[in-house]
Amino acid sequence: MSLWEYANPKKFMSFTAPILPVVTVAALVCLVSGLVWGFFFTPEDYRQGSTVKIFYIHVPSALMAINAWFMMLVASLIWLIRRHHVSALAAKAAAPVGIVMTLIALVTGAIWGQPMWGTWWAWDPRLTSFLILFLFYLGYVALWAAIDDPDTAADLTSVLCIVGSVFAVLSRYAVNFWNQGLHQGASLSMDAEENVADIFWYPALVAIAGFVLLFIALVLLRTRTEIRLRRIRALETRARRS
Amino acid sequence: MIALLLRDLRLAVRAGGGFGLGLAFFLIVVVLVPFGVGPEAEILSRIAPGILWVASLLAALLSLDRIFALDYEDGALALIATSPLPLEGAAFVKALAHWITTGLPLTLAAPALGFLLNLKPDAYWFLFISLALGTPALSMIGTFGAALTVGLRRGGLLMSLLVLPLYVPTLIFGAETVRRGAEGLTTTTPLVMVAGITAGVFAFLPFATAAALRINLR
Amino acid sequence: MGMELVVTDLGCARGGVPLLQGVNFRLHEGEALVLRGANGIGKTTLLRTLAGLQPPLGGTIDCPEDQSAYASHADGIKAQLTVRENLDFWASVHGTEVHEGVFQAFDLVELRDRFAGTLSAGQKRRLGLARLGVIGRKILFLDEPTVSLDRFSVKLFADFLKEQHLAKGGIAVIATHIDLGLEAPEIDLEPFRAAYDAGGSSDEAFL
Repeated sequence: MSLWEYANPKKFMSFTAPILPVVTVAALVCLVSGLVWGFFFTPEDYRQGSTVKIFYIHVPSALMAINAWFMMLVASLIWLIRRHHVSALAAKAAAPVGIVMTLIALVTGAIWGQPMWGTWWAWDPRLTSFLILFLFYLGYVALWAAIDDPDTAADLTSVLCIVGSVFAVLSRYAVNFWNQGLHQGASLSMDAEENVADIFWYPALVAIAGFVLLFIALVLLRTRTEIRLRRIRALETRARRS
Repeated sequence: MIALLLRDLRLAVRAGGGFGLGLAFFLIVVVLVPFGVGPEAEILSRIAPGILWVASLLAALLSLDRIFALDYEDGALALIATSPLPLEGAAFVKALAHWITTGLPLTLAAPALGFLLNLKPDAYWFLFISLALGTPALSMIGTFGAALTVGLRRGGLLMSLLVLPLYVPTLIFGAETVRRGAEGLTTTTPLVMVAGITAGVFAFLPFATAAALRINLR
Repeated sequence: MGMELVVTDLGCARGGVPLLQGVNFRLHEGEALVLRGANGIGKTTLLRTLAGLQPPLGGTIDCPEDQSAYASHADGIKAQLTVRENLDFWASVHGTEVHEGVFQAFDLVELRDRFAGTLSAGQKRRLGLARLGVIGRKILFLDEPTVSLDRFSVKLFADFLKEQHLAKGGIAVIATHIDLGLEAPEIDLEPFRAAYDAGGSSDEAFL
């Protein structure tokens, strides 16, 4: 019994059918409790006031934006090496979720930035990297959409994902370097982790767990949809030929 | 491989617009910017490094979709794929030919256009060297993008969407070199990074390009 | 014991859909095979698979390395190059040289220095086929080589195949609708049409 058996679409469908509702409910419970706890039952920051509470959405979505890409990279590699269709479709399914996570991170970042920096947008290295990541996501999804043949699309997007990953890391480094070049010494970093007390940290952990579970639920749901679409396509092809 | 390079260069010269078009586009962008920004010499000289780099990036982008599209349509690409010439080598040569027809003339012309934008005198050398080291990377990355979209009917726009984010690191380090050069700061780090990206890109992307071509030829 | 092209139980697919299965043949030096079959049965796909442009669905192709060439109606002719330059390019890619005899064999002597863009459709085809005489490959996979050729040019090409290629120990697999006058066996692809539920399809996992 190997893990790869679940890469068979039928196995995957029957395996995930009971899991999906469980993950969905768990995601909702974690999200609601984490956010309510964070929003209403934690003290306000002495410097930033209530604005700091956007942290409970911003940080988890930013984490998931990066992890979604990482998941796509792993899934692409599995597709290229082992040719498991579910893997390619999971990568395809994760991309729009990743886009939304990136968008949430960008928008909450801008909203947080307004009271902190007095401007909606600053070319802060982190925000800029997410903007670039957003562009990578757009290109990836556009390539999927442009190619008719599913296997060709899976192959080409996988190659793009691997090359894109290298360039995304490179861009992150470049952006850091570029901004430090502009404002030397000025720190606009939103890195809250170092000075976050436990009282803020526990609800944040619950919210992060909620986002992870939400991501898993959405990707499972979308992968199942993609598998069904592919099955319809396969049945239509067969019907035309017989 | 040399035969392919010579053929591509010959085609670029004979088809017209091979060398000239990218350069003319570069010139127009550089001329248009002051109209948009205003004629103050100080502002122009501050943004000149960025403009020159962004303009050469766009000029390089302009001719990318021709790298493989013509050879794909008339079947030459399939014939090259079945010839003793490895596709990886062909990808490398295609990028090189693209650089010779666009990147090289841009590099040579950029200092002249720097005058129009009041580029600081100290920066000319850095503009030249950063473009000389960086534009080959633009050609190779663009060749990869062209290979991804070669089978698509209207791949040009999609290719820009795929290629431009990949250009970010080269652009940042390239323009940073010139900016630092203009301000008299040390330029070693960005310059080494530009050279490193070009070296890395030419070492690895021919393989990714050849893989994409094989998938598209299937 | 000379060169051989052995195809065993070959299956091939276009766009993930199996077209042909169980194709078997064996060709020795100097032998040709003509593929027949209705439009869309998979002649082009079979030839592209044989030439290594796409992976087979199943079966094996035993073919000496670096000896095969593929030619279809899209023959990679560059309009901005002269006839000679076009041939020179393919010759140097394959590490060979263009012999004068090629221009004669394909009636291109007078067109030698014309730009390929100024040639007629038939003349362009002759130039495309002349590439085969230049690259020195022993195994040819030809997809409708005689499209847009007049009767005289068809004869030229048939003569080239017989005298310059097969007589010198070459092998050819040809998909064509007209009679080239080769004394070659024909294979009708109809019996090899893949069943609608043939294995190996990329859809298989989803059914």
